[in-house]
Amino acid sequence: MNKKLSQRIAFMVFRILGIMVVGILFWILGFIVYNGIGVISWEFIFSAPANGMTSGGIFPAIVGTLCLVVGSMIFAFPLGIMSAIYTNEYAGNGWVVRFIRIMTNNLASIPSIVFGLFGMALFVNTLGFGDSILAGSLTLGLLVLPIVIRTTEEALKSVPNSYRTGSLALGATKLQTIRKVVLPSAFPNITTGLILSIGRVSGETAPILFTVAAYFLPKLPSGIFDQVMALPYHLYVIVTSGTDVEASRPMAYGTALVLIFIVLLMNILAMFIRRFFNKKLKTN
Amino acid sequence: MIEAKNINFYYGDFHALKDINIKMDVNSVTAFIGPSGCGKSTFLRLFNRMNDLIDKTRITGECIVQGENIYDKSIQVDQLRKKVGMVFQKPNPFPKSIFENVAYGLRVNDMGDKKIIAERVEESLIAAALWDEVKDKLKKSAFELSGGQQQRLCIARALAVSPSILLMDEPASSLDPISTSKIEELIHNLKKDYTIVIVTHNMQQAARISDMTGFFMMGELVEFSETKKMFLNPEKKETQNYITGRFG
Repeated sequence: MNKKLSQRIAFMVFRILGIMVVGILFWILGFIVYNGIGVISWEFIFSAPANGMTSGGIFPAIVGTLCLVVGSMIFAFPLGIMSAIYTNEYAGNGWVVRFIRIMTNNLASIPSIVFGLFGMALFVNTLGFGDSILAGSLTLGLLVLPIVIRTTEEALKSVPNSYRTGSLALGATKLQTIRKVVLPSAFPNITTGLILSIGRVSGETAPILFTVAAYFLPKLPSGIFDQVMALPYHLYVIVTSGTDVEASRPMAYGTALVLIFIVLLMNILAMFIRRFFNKKLKTN
Repeated sequence: MIEAKNINFYYGDFHALKDINIKMDVNSVTAFIGPSGCGKSTFLRLFNRMNDLIDKTRITGECIVQGENIYDKSIQVDQLRKKVGMVFQKPNPFPKSIFENVAYGLRVNDMGDKKIIAERVEESLIAAALWDEVKDKLKKSAFELSGGQQQRLCIARALAVSPSILLMDEPASSLDPISTSKIEELIHNLKKDYTIVIVTHNMQQAARISDMTGFFMMGELVEFSETKKMFLNPEKKETQNYITGRFG
């Protein structure tokens, strides 16, 4: 076989595989949109489920998922960023840091159902939060903590060292250097971590199973100690254990569509935020 | 006056500076020359303690700046670095506006209100011979400047906090000849207000701009004398060989 032909074949294979990934994504999206778009209406979005979850809407689940996203971010973000600042900026390269890194990776590889169990034992029972937004948010926060830490560390690493030395050489303290030069430069990439973790949090089912999610709760939460419905769990419920699984099938596709839409919307929003700050960064 | 007494410096096991003794005058330009890896940059970085940032380094001896041993425990390193400014080999402006780059040192050191900062930024940019080129675009990103302008911006940034000593680590090595000559002219003008210590690879540059020159080799200060004497009539054979280009 001549060189040119083998090149061509190789590139063709790469191209087909590359396009295939996009194809799969569009297939899934198309499938969900095709099956779910029919039930989407103002009523579906803004009302509670009715008739044994075969009609009505999913508003409580949307609100519940948003509460959990916000709650877990409030917890995981500051904690993750500060811990990444410690490992990357302060701790040097000794065995402590290596140990922390390995443990962070291990934390990331724990199955999410185990987080759920742990969250139940610690937050729900031991600390007595009960099945609540607080317990669920903390559990989800723990789950995404490694993602936040790792993406923040990567973001900090991508800040050129010459910024740090430049700042220190002007008499800035290390803390000032981090606050005024390193973090602002890393900020756009840190938001990538935010995107990833928001996507993860809104889609996770297992960690909220025993810590917050309600099977059917048509009213909205009034505080952090309330239970809520959540989109992924609601989806699971109406597919497997509703009063009439067949009849609620369209509701399931509708729920999936809304879930995907929320995640996509947040991703796009975060992308714009990142672009905006990247531009602003250079002149501020 | 800046003085080094019996300085020995180690990177781990590597003995990078061997028993260095030197005295440098105020309001003069001292240049250090020597082959790569000879220790001249390491020596320069001792005076604002930038070597502290590197792991596993060790120093013995005394570094005296304005009568104080800067390696004394009582020394606050950030205060020292305000007094002893530094310009790096590659221009390293922050990803901020031209104005904010120069204002940065003033802000982190709490040196005055908005009005004072604005004045000081202008003075520093004038002193760094950059003002006329940037006065209409102070809000623009520092990255929009050319390499030579960026380096002068970094000099302005260092001058803003009113140091008395300016360390320059091959400040023109990444610049084109025109930018280089601008930097050299600038160094010449800054001499009346600042004590300048410069490391350079370029011997002609050392000869053009410095009053005193030190020649480093393998971690030792081989020769230190007036620049004119150093280049016309060096005492040591090694110096002679190096400046006539026989090695290095």
